[in-house]
Amino acid sequence: MAVALILVLITVGSVAFHLLSPWWWTPIASNWAYIDSTIIITFWITGAVFVAVVLFMAYCVYRFRHQPGRQAHYEPESRRLELWLTVVTGVGVAAMLAPGLFVWRQFITVPQDATDVEILGQQWQWSFRLPGPDGKLGVSDTRLISPDNPLGVSREDPAGQDDVIVEGGELRLPIGKPIKALLRSVDVIHDFYVPEMRAKMDLVPGQVSYIWFTPTRTGTFEILCAELCGVGHAQMRGTVVVQEQSDYQAWLQDQASRSFARLAPAAQ
Amino acid sequence: MVDVPLGSIGAAPAAAVDDVELYHPHSWLTKYVFSQDAKIIAIQYSLTALSVGLIALVLSWLMRLQLGFPGVFSFIDANAYYQFITMHGMMMVVYVLTALFLGGFGNYLIPLMVGARDMVFPYVNMLSFWIYLLAVLILVASFFTPGGPTGAGWTLYPPQAIMSGTPGGQDWGIILMLVSLMVFIIGFTMGGLNYVVTVLQARARGMTLMRMPLTVWGIFTASFMALLAFPALFVGAVMMLFDRALGTSFFMPAIAEMGQPLERSGGSPLLFQHLFWFFGHPEVYIVALPAFGIVSDLISTHARRNIFGYRMMVWALLAIGALSFVVWAHHMYVSGMNPYFGFFFATTTLIIAIPTAIKVYNWVLTLWRGDIHLTVPMLFALAFIVTFLNGGLTGLFLGNVVVDVPLSDTMFVVAHFHMVMGVAPILVIFGAIYHWYPKVTGRMLNDALGKLHFWITFLGAYAIFFPMHYLGLMGVPRRYYEIGEMSFVPPSAHMLNAFITIVALIVGAIQLVFVFNLFWSLRHGRPSGGNPWRATTLEWQTPETPPPHGNWGRELPVVHRWAYDYSVPGAAEDFLPQNQPNAQARQGTSNE
Repeated sequence: MAVALILVLITVGSVAFHLLSPWWWTPIASNWAYIDSTIIITFWITGAVFVAVVLFMAYCVYRFRHQPGRQAHYEPESRRLELWLTVVTGVGVAAMLAPGLFVWRQFITVPQDATDVEILGQQWQWSFRLPGPDGKLGVSDTRLISPDNPLGVSREDPAGQDDVIVEGGELRLPIGKPIKALLRSVDVIHDFYVPEMRAKMDLVPGQVSYIWFTPTRTGTFEILCAELCGVGHAQMRGTVVVQEQSDYQAWLQDQASRSFARLAPAAQ
Repeated sequence: MVDVPLGSIGAAPAAAVDDVELYHPHSWLTKYVFSQDAKIIAIQYSLTALSVGLIALVLSWLMRLQLGFPGVFSFIDANAYYQFITMHGMMMVVYVLTALFLGGFGNYLIPLMVGARDMVFPYVNMLSFWIYLLAVLILVASFFTPGGPTGAGWTLYPPQAIMSGTPGGQDWGIILMLVSLMVFIIGFTMGGLNYVVTVLQARARGMTLMRMPLTVWGIFTASFMALLAFPALFVGAVMMLFDRALGTSFFMPAIAEMGQPLERSGGSPLLFQHLFWFFGHPEVYIVALPAFGIVSDLISTHARRNIFGYRMMVWALLAIGALSFVVWAHHMYVSGMNPYFGFFFATTTLIIAIPTAIKVYNWVLTLWRGDIHLTVPMLFALAFIVTFLNGGLTGLFLGNVVVDVPLSDTMFVVAHFHMVMGVAPILVIFGAIYHWYPKVTGRMLNDALGKLHFWITFLGAYAIFFPMHYLGLMGVPRRYYEIGEMSFVPPSAHMLNAFITIVALIVGAIQLVFVFNLFWSLRHGRPSGGNPWRATTLEWQTPETPPPHGNWGRELPVVHRWAYDYSVPGAAEDFLPQNQPNAQARQGTSNE
């Protein structure tokens, strides 16, 4: 009796916690509302299964508890019941997988008009590189890294001459434009994670990984490192500031002039 | 009963076999220390693994203290915190759960349950334990080296695992970790071959594969998988050891450290992840399948009902075991691997949910129309179903590639895997210890202490890990020494963290009651007799309890039926032991 009651309380408590507790995802600031929808679908299906199974257990524990004279029912298997349960489970799984794969295809298909932005991680800070007026990022190589070239940008490549380098951990992005983030690390594996963007991808040394998203509201959002990168992992923070197009352009002009001034002596 | 007709082998004569092939010990040393008896080896494995478990428990307290009350305990700095989480994780997954299920329960139960005198290679079996102990000592030794143990996270991802920004990365920590893992794998291989060959070759007459108890099926499948999966970790460990000690670049691309390029190039950090998870995902099921098997037998015995859908249960175990080798990259959706892998691995991962769900249904359907005795082992089995169901369902979030993107590397993952491969299997371990302790010692564990231990452990563990999912959903990353200021984390979340820590301290402390019970009952427990649970499987039918070396006396048992003849209509008792020839015979004619 008590055991069955506790099983019911666990079920009711879990559902109540889910619905009433103040802890929920942070409001989205990118185009990936589809991801949130898929999570909701998954919560509904898995929640229904959890409630059904645990309540059925509670019923069994109460109804079939040992009493003098009770004998269990001898029935090794029931093909019909097992087949039926397998099919229902298969349908439930498909109902979660199909939207998941559909959204994943969008997630990895970068729109043609996306702007490249390089996001570079090193222990334990973020740097960024934006393409200049030519819209292209120049090549880079970890072996070129030196104190006056912390990102290892090649000075031979003309496409890199006008690149805008932003150090200090603050990335600015214009609202409503798709961004293709090219992720690069110079030392260990990091992970670019902005909870509001529902965006997360590792930065792996020796390769360039990518992720794309479109910021949909202005504001300041935190960048966290989500892949253990050494003892300073928890301090590896940055910010994304999403701005209106005009504010962003003004900021970009200002940055570009500073970058040219710095690169000029080396470029001769 | 379509599959296992009663008495299909007729009146086979009992096999009178002298156990000449066994090496009987001549001294205390060869009987209790360098023993070749699988049962003694099982106890050695179990006590060692439980001791490591206590160390890992203390480590979890320390990390929870930091998370619940950041900055209050000055001796837990970032270095120490990462060392604690790393050692806690590796100890629990490999040195506790794997060792306890396979080395502990496998050694004790396989020979007894299949009706063998011992493992087929007793000497190798003995070596397996001593090599395991050596691996444990090497691992624990890293606490006492300069720089301390590695703090690379239990996944040991290079390059950070062997670089100076990680605790132990340029000291002894990572070297000892890798060497210890390699030694462990060597020792495990010796044991694992034994478990597999014993099941295949040493079963008693009449014990067909489809009559074996699910416990044996679970441990057998898991051992087979471990023999295939651990080599991948072994190679990974060798390569990383070379990278660290000899300056090779298997996993090291051209990288810089603190603004200076290093003399490395050409390696691939992702290669290690593939090797690690090719081992790491099957490892989840190496822990889970023995738990599946054991819990099936606990539920069936204590509900006095045949396990529902036995054949489906066996095929589901095998299907899960096979599928678990083609899902590994679901740990790597956001690793920067080719994103098209996501389609394949999400599909295989969600397919594995189907045989897993069948197992859950069949456990619950075994309860249905049963005669449920709420003994302590049964309580643990019920709690297992709740926690495993919960953890399995959250796996459907993380396996479904795009849903994993926001949740990966957050506390949601921590909550998920603790629920599904931490709490759930450990509840089974406890249930199994309460269940088989009488066979090992001849005495029952104390019931009142057992219930106290059960309720606090189960409800406490649920209260720790259920709310933790929501921290992750909110975006709190895992492996953070301190959350500090995060704009999207409300102050109430810090209170939740403090709450989790307090519950974790209580749940940890109650384990002392369990340890006390283990020792107290050894002398003061109620004498159990040979078959206190009135169970059908062979280990309960031994002539003596605890069974001596050789298990069966002069005559090996002959098996006449499957393991689940509970409450057979028309039978005199509500259980028919596997070695009982005639369904109408009264229990007790074949033994005692």
